[in-house]
Amino acid sequence: MSAGAVQIAPPAKRRRALPGTLVGAVIVLGASLAMAFFPSLFAPYDPTAFDYNAIMHGPSWAHPFGTDNFGRDMLSRVIHAYRIDMQIAVFATTGPFIFGTIVGALVGYVGGWVEAVFGRVVDAVITFPFLVLVIAIVSVLGPGLRNMYIAVGVVDWVFYARLVSAEVKIQRRLDYADAARGMGYGHMRIIFRHLLPNAITPAVVYLMTDMALAILLGSSLGYLGLGAQPPAAEWGVLIADGKNFMTTAWWVSVFPGIAIVITGLGFSLAGDALADLLRVNR
Amino acid sequence: MTAPSPDRNTAGGGLKVRGLTTTFATPRGLATVVDGINLDVAPGEIVGLVGESGSGKSMTLRSIVRLVREPGKVSGQVEWQGRDLMAMREADLRKVRGAEIAMIFQEPMTALNPVLPVRLQIEENLSAHTTLDRRARRQRALELMNIVGIPAAERRLDEYPHQFSGGMRQRVMIAIALANSPKLLLADEPTTALDVTIQDQILKLILDLRDRFGMSVVFVTHDLGVVAATCDRMAVMYAGRIVETGTVAQVFAEPHHPYTRGLLGSVPRIGAERSMLLSIEGMPPGLIDLPDGCAFHPRCSFATDRCRAERPPLESFAAGREVACFHHQTVAAMAEAA
Repeated sequence: MSAGAVQIAPPAKRRRALPGTLVGAVIVLGASLAMAFFPSLFAPYDPTAFDYNAIMHGPSWAHPFGTDNFGRDMLSRVIHAYRIDMQIAVFATTGPFIFGTIVGALVGYVGGWVEAVFGRVVDAVITFPFLVLVIAIVSVLGPGLRNMYIAVGVVDWVFYARLVSAEVKIQRRLDYADAARGMGYGHMRIIFRHLLPNAITPAVVYLMTDMALAILLGSSLGYLGLGAQPPAAEWGVLIADGKNFMTTAWWVSVFPGIAIVITGLGFSLAGDALADLLRVNR
Repeated sequence: MTAPSPDRNTAGGGLKVRGLTTTFATPRGLATVVDGINLDVAPGEIVGLVGESGSGKSMTLRSIVRLVREPGKVSGQVEWQGRDLMAMREADLRKVRGAEIAMIFQEPMTALNPVLPVRLQIEENLSAHTTLDRRARRQRALELMNIVGIPAAERRLDEYPHQFSGGMRQRVMIAIALANSPKLLLADEPTTALDVTIQDQILKLILDLRDRFGMSVVFVTHDLGVVAATCDRMAVMYAGRIVETGTVAQVFAEPHHPYTRGLLGSVPRIGAERSMLLSIEGMPPGLIDLPDGCAFHPRCSFATDRCRAERPPLESFAAGREVACFHHQTVAAMAEAA
């Protein structure tokens, strides 16, 4: 290009081009959800059917992910595990997200000593190692998914509340918040209709990260025998199944691990895409 | 334009402010940003509140409806249609705000919610104060957009504030404020952020609305041209106090306070003989340690020992005219001589 040429930016389009992260997220999470809802459509075998003629076979055309020590097809087991693991991602985070958002909005709006007390609660929870705390709670309540949701819920809402309260605290000082008060709107109307839509973006973005973390936590607990119980197909459980054969049959543990990585990546991409899309045009 | 009658009876309809005081406790001491303001606004009247930045005019406006953030403390009396807004419970006050008394702000960009479409923001005021159903609210929102003169209202209702220009945003702001046909509009420098031609349109709109709906308006501005174009009466503020009041014509023709004189002298006038523009020496005082006596005395060429020791009260010297200056006759005589 000659030095004198002036590049004139094309007029800004009303809609930005779809970010690549969004495309990636839709593909990964779409496939994950499809497998979670209709595993039988994708799994070539019954995930619980034993096949004594195919014990611990390595990856082949008949069994792309190999078979385990009972001859169960690993591909089918990984696919069927999507149901439980996607469930964990959604169920473990939705409650904390909703509750934490409401608490955070109220705390951020009220401020003062309420905020000071809340700050100490946050400190207490954050200084505690999350995984250890959850394992402790599950150990007390007993293993199983339901108790895992309870254990996560007790702790996890704090992170959402912290994000939302910080954001609401900023928003309530802006002119439009004053304008809303000047129009005589009630506190609840101001908090939830006017401030929250401006304050919720970080929490939504974190929700995506949190879903990936929930899957990690769910499989960790499954691995330790505190989460989903065998013979249910859950990635952590599958990895635990294969741990004794790691040197001779690596595929039993490795493929569920890859599924965790890919799904986690999908949620991360979704988080980035949402952060991009929800950025307010000011 | 309807001329206000000289002896206004504000007991029934209008706004009557007595001894309005707003203080902020700061680490450096108590700042009195609004200091014992008295102000009357008759129905259908437009009163201009004029002063430099930091003179307390915006705070006065906010204090009237107790819209002052912590740690600000408001005291005094604000009588609105026979009720004292200062003594009212928060819940009752909310019924007045936005319904009977509405407010518009200087920065229409930041005073509108960036993530809600304007339709929702207009309807919000209706759903907060009326029992209109969804369809009636939609109808009214459209009507309001037309009243404030936004073209293609039907389509633009679903747009977001960032899709509107500055002038159009201020129109949206006014539409929201007008939703419940308020009797009093508190306008906080509504045209300051706009360029001059748009400013003129918005002023005409406010005048037109006053005539159509019989609204009273308190108009805060630092722009004397705006006051001359829109207001019936004006009050000049300095350091949180009112120093002079009167009809716009009276104050412009014969300023009695040296500060008013300085303000008027600092504005060039078309048609007048070319003369030096006056400027007011010095800076406005800090609100935490105001000078003793008259707050203006360090900048005033008329100041005497009495001004330094004693604070001049705001006193009436002619029908509808008040001034807070011991030497106001001298000042007025000077103005005439000049």
